[in-house]
Amino acid sequence: MHLKSRHVWGWLQAAPLAVVLLAFLIAPIIMIVIVSFWGATEFSIYPAFQFDNYEFLFGSQVTYRVFGATLKYAFITWALTLLIGFTVAYFLAFHVRSLTMQIALFLVCTIPFWTSNIIRMISWIPFLGRNGIANQTLISWGVIDEPLEWLLYSDFSVILAFVHLYTLFMVVPIFNTMMRIDKSLLEAARDNGASGLQTLVHVILPLTKPGIMIGTIFVVTLVMGDFITVRFMSGSQRANVGRLISNDIALLQYPSAAATAVVLLCTVLIVIAILLRFVNIRKEL
Amino acid sequence: MERRSRSFYGLAVFFALFVLFLYGPILTIGILSFQGPQGGLTFPMNGVSLHWFHDLFQEQAVGDIWGAFRRSFGLGLIVMVTTVVVSVMAGLAFRKRFYGSGLLFYAAITSLVIPSILISLGVGLIFNQLGFKIHWATSGFGSQLTWTLPFGLLIMFAVFNRFDKSYEEAARDQGATAWQTLRHVVLPIIAPSLIGVALFGFTLSYDEFARTLLTAGSYNTLPLEIFGMTTNVTTPVIYALGTLTTVFSFVIIAVFLLVAWMIGKRRARMGSDAGKGV
Repeated sequence: MHLKSRHVWGWLQAAPLAVVLLAFLIAPIIMIVIVSFWGATEFSIYPAFQFDNYEFLFGSQVTYRVFGATLKYAFITWALTLLIGFTVAYFLAFHVRSLTMQIALFLVCTIPFWTSNIIRMISWIPFLGRNGIANQTLISWGVIDEPLEWLLYSDFSVILAFVHLYTLFMVVPIFNTMMRIDKSLLEAARDNGASGLQTLVHVILPLTKPGIMIGTIFVVTLVMGDFITVRFMSGSQRANVGRLISNDIALLQYPSAAATAVVLLCTVLIVIAILLRFVNIRKEL
Repeated sequence: MERRSRSFYGLAVFFALFVLFLYGPILTIGILSFQGPQGGLTFPMNGVSLHWFHDLFQEQAVGDIWGAFRRSFGLGLIVMVTTVVVSVMAGLAFRKRFYGSGLLFYAAITSLVIPSILISLGVGLIFNQLGFKIHWATSGFGSQLTWTLPFGLLIMFAVFNRFDKSYEEAARDQGATAWQTLRHVVLPIIAPSLIGVALFGFTLSYDEFARTLLTAGSYNTLPLEIFGMTTNVTTPVIYALGTLTTVFSFVIIAVFLLVAWMIGKRRARMGSDAGKGV
């Protein structure tokens, strides 16, 4: 193929994607950056070039606390989803023997991803509520006398929902990487006298790193950008950066929301840039 | 066959618990949606009835959920078709390694990892400042594409990374034009994966919330409607709705998987005509 026409054809075929991303990703980001320097009255926003929004943001204790809470949610959720996701993927890839069974069980793990997050959150209420299944069961077993108050509308329920919603973002890429590990490597390890645990730690774990990285990127960014899970599962009693933004939006304080959004975006991109140093995504698919 | 190790049973129990964790809550609200008319949001069951499903069809009890459902379904279909077409085209483009393809790839990844509320806020601001009316079929549609297209693209990468180029070369050697090669060789080979892209396109759009929140305008999609209900509905009617749309999702997923499975079957049966003569 001619060199020129290759590039022209490439761009023509990629044009629809490029147009969508330009109009609904790049332009909105630029718009948010611009508006973050604007001013706002109680009812409207007006063009300006002022740093008030950022000054207010960085001058407020709340900001640091909320960013801290966001990172805390991200870290705890990451650790739990990694632990659970790795174990599940390891079981599927190395302990289930027939391919049909592997695919079937893998689908069982992924199907909830194609259903509604909102409903999946709502469905915890009868379980965790004051008179919910968890409390009723624990009381009937005699473990506790009074219903536990911290099951619902707490950090606990927020993180539980995150783990519930996002563990499959770990399972899928880790399973995908594990399935591509050459089984003869495992045999070689065993022939050389490695125990199951040693094979896991010294052979499987290093080879699974790319999958772990991709899962990590998904989980960390989803949790950091979330605003609805925290609001719903904490009964509006906890805050993260996403809620800070959505509260400003509800009050029509768009410039202030935009400034917070810019800082959040920078934080997320820095985290990803660090993670991407460890993996080449395109090669791993 | 060698004997199962002890760790197998431990891991199997762990896996079973994980599945229970995934599906337990949704089963719970499935059961609770059959509460009797006097029943509450938690156990015990106060009789068994279809009362709350019946309520879903009473306009005043739940607002315009059927309108919301129709919009979500229509939008899901449009997003699905767009996602498949745009992803395939982009997937083909990326095989050519054109100038700037790296940049476009990173834009797509950004689209995937950017906090959803930024899309919602940014698109909303642009439409407001330009004086366009936000509507689920324009601003909502575009915002959802920023979520479905990267998934479609990633699937296309996975497909083309495994694609055997010799099929195309064979077609070209026998005089097929570029279009004929695409139409009669490449597309049929990747067809089952396109079912996957379509599944992502439809379901991710149908359930999308965060990116549609500020971009749907005055007519809500179903997830927005359901979220609105969580703040002011305190009866099991919300469980009935949750159960119904989850069952709907399961049916859609089953249809997609069935089609993919049937294509695979058919291919296994008719794939090779070796030795059959022409």
